[in-house]
Amino acid sequence: MQTNILICGVGGQGIVLASKLIAATAMEHEIPVMSAETIGMAQKGGSVFSFLRLGEDLYCPMFPEKSADLIIGFEPAEAVRMLPFLKDGGQIVVNTHPIMPVTATLKGSDYTGLEMIDYLKKNVAKAAFIDGESACRDIGSPKVLNMIMLGEAVRRGVLPFTIDDIEATMIRTVKPQFAELNSKALRYNK
Amino acid sequence: MHKEFLMGNAAIARGAIAAGLNLVSGYPGTPSTEVLETAAKSNNGSLYVEWSVNEKAALELGAGAAYCGARSMVTMKQVGLNVASDPLMSLAYIGVKGGMVILVADDPGPISSQTEQDTRHFASFSKLPCFDPSSVQEAYDMIQEAFEFSEKYGTPVLFRPTTRVCHGYASIEVKDEAEYKINKPEGFVKDSSKWVIFPRLSYNAHIRIEERNAELSKVFSDYGRNFIISAKDSSSRKAIATHGISYTYTMEALRDKAAPAVLKVSTPFPFPEQLAVEFLKDKDEVLCIEELDPIIERELIYICGKYQLPVKILGKLTHNVKTAGENTCASVAADIAQFMGWELPAAQPSDEPPALPVRPPVLCAGCPHRASFFAVKEAMKGKKSVFCGDIGCYTLGNAMPLDMVDTCLCMGAGVNITQGIGKIEPDTNCFAFVGDSTFFASAITGAVNAVYNQADMTLVVLDNSTTAMTGHQPHPGTGRTMMGQVVDKVSIQEVLKGVGVKTVETVDPLKLDEAIECVKRVSAEKGVKAIVFKSPCAVLIKGKSPAVIDSDKCTGCKRCIKTLGCPGIVMHDGKPAIENSLCTGCGLCSQVCPFDAIGGVENAD
Repeated sequence: MQTNILICGVGGQGIVLASKLIAATAMEHEIPVMSAETIGMAQKGGSVFSFLRLGEDLYCPMFPEKSADLIIGFEPAEAVRMLPFLKDGGQIVVNTHPIMPVTATLKGSDYTGLEMIDYLKKNVAKAAFIDGESACRDIGSPKVLNMIMLGEAVRRGVLPFTIDDIEATMIRTVKPQFAELNSKALRYNK
Repeated sequence: MHKEFLMGNAAIARGAIAAGLNLVSGYPGTPSTEVLETAAKSNNGSLYVEWSVNEKAALELGAGAAYCGARSMVTMKQVGLNVASDPLMSLAYIGVKGGMVILVADDPGPISSQTEQDTRHFASFSKLPCFDPSSVQEAYDMIQEAFEFSEKYGTPVLFRPTTRVCHGYASIEVKDEAEYKINKPEGFVKDSSKWVIFPRLSYNAHIRIEERNAELSKVFSDYGRNFIISAKDSSSRKAIATHGISYTYTMEALRDKAAPAVLKVSTPFPFPEQLAVEFLKDKDEVLCIEELDPIIERELIYICGKYQLPVKILGKLTHNVKTAGENTCASVAADIAQFMGWELPAAQPSDEPPALPVRPPVLCAGCPHRASFFAVKEAMKGKKSVFCGDIGCYTLGNAMPLDMVDTCLCMGAGVNITQGIGKIEPDTNCFAFVGDSTFFASAITGAVNAVYNQADMTLVVLDNSTTAMTGHQPHPGTGRTMMGQVVDKVSIQEVLKGVGVKTVETVDPLKLDEAIECVKRVSAEKGVKAIVFKSPCAVLIKGKSPAVIDSDKCTGCKRCIKTLGCPGIVMHDGKPAIENSLCTGCGLCSQVCPFDAIGGVENAD
């Protein structure tokens, strides 16, 4: 039994930490895990991703198109960009708040994210959408988007563990002063 | 043994430490950087760790340690080995006493490099054994074996992972500290017939090296990491030869299939010839799945010729595998399917997605390089100028709207490219931009050359007090070492004056008017003159409060957006707006706004 997860978004959204928490929780459950993520120049405002695989008999951390059980999209256009990796019947969890690239600003493009969300709704049966910005506002910190997304992903039931498991790993991992805020974000459910 | 979730590079560092590592040196470069950083973090006090000024210095340091019987490792990316190739080629003849592993990370794609060069060529060129791991676990185990081989045969060895192994993570089995080997170096034993390279010594060493490599080819045929996986369908006369990360893509593609035989090559040099002969017998066709260059493919063609084996060898040379760029799970699956005559699942026609925004990498919000480039651009407006760039974050100054990097070649090259352009086009204002770490790594000799040979140019040092691109490593100008010492900084200004640059001015680029005046004044002088733009990397400092746009004053002229291209300014309802999550309050935009509409930050003067 293997679970393939793809987390995608834009540099600086906290994708790496989300990926690390899933991996660390898998380790706790003695589930073999592999991952691969964007590192280097592309991190500076570029599209970033993290491939994550849980289970036995894994050869490499990457997987081909049509293989992901779950895509966690931190940005609507990035979710569309990586959608070819979703397996038939796979699930997506997507933040609806778009991030405008500098080039779009320069050229006066009218990217709003809405066209991406329409596309995702039309093409994916099992899709959950979260307004990450308003959720962050509710919780009171712009830094908890990754925990909000991760919490929703766990509630979708694709990962082989519970919110309590992820929370326990989070508490061990982050600085103590951020634990409470992150717990709130993991359990944010609207 | 216990399990840990480690990055490939971290696994390499931890494996080397488990093998009794005494010294590690290197120069940062993606995808190799985290090896040395992990070694520094895992240092229990028994290890000497150094970021050297460049790869040549690092390799020479590692050699000196290995002469003493220490186990040393030197880390770099593939282009770094070009810099270190002079000591490498000679060290191959001299050899070592302690185990020495030269870790060179290759970058198929390339994802963050200038070239797609293949270090396996350097192995055969320098005649040094080379190890090529496929996974994080294998990298951890193999680096320990590499030290054993190095010490047993008295030669440095190359260890060559690629990006996906370096930056992949996996839960792997690692040794407990009690299981670590402890290596106590004997010390340097004088013997000029061994350690001093002379033509006679090299002649004799050459003979020994060829004999050793012939022996190693046999030894490697029995080395457990070179192996043949038998075909599931024993009647099949087709087979696959592969290596590195492509081996794992191959195994993924063959999952649940009537798989052909697979040869995995973990030591591309010396090539495990006997194993290959065994693999090739009874085969009609072999597909070689490699990244970068067709090394295995050429070896198999050579072996088929030597042993007169009637096997057709396919791969990059026959265009059955793409010649450039990295392989992926999908590309390898497609190459294998075509080779085996398997049908690929037909791509289902999917709904065409909306146009996706492109996100090219850009200079960060608040990056002082943006201000430096803009100051030079303003100062040189209307004048015939050329702007030679170099390797680092500031290569991104090429992007619109700054458009301030006309050339970029390799580390430190910008200085003398500028000199060369100036010799042919004397009426051009020639500028060379170089970062602080690159300056120390390889621009100082360029500066000496320019001064001595009477160049007419402005050398602009973009000093953000760190090696930013690779993740903020210290260098001689930072006053910190990887051993945690606080030391005297090497002054860029004093170095420049010392090599004969008469005018050396230092200015904060975020004080825009001053910076523009400085460029006008300095560039008007004859000869080689220098400007040091000094302002710390925006990622390393606590930013000020974000800028605020006064919507009454803002006319929506977009000058801030069109001149600076800062990710901290976005369009919102037809007018510029500050992206508060990114803005560092650097104040540059408030200085370019013609209507004084951007405030909320400390005034630059």
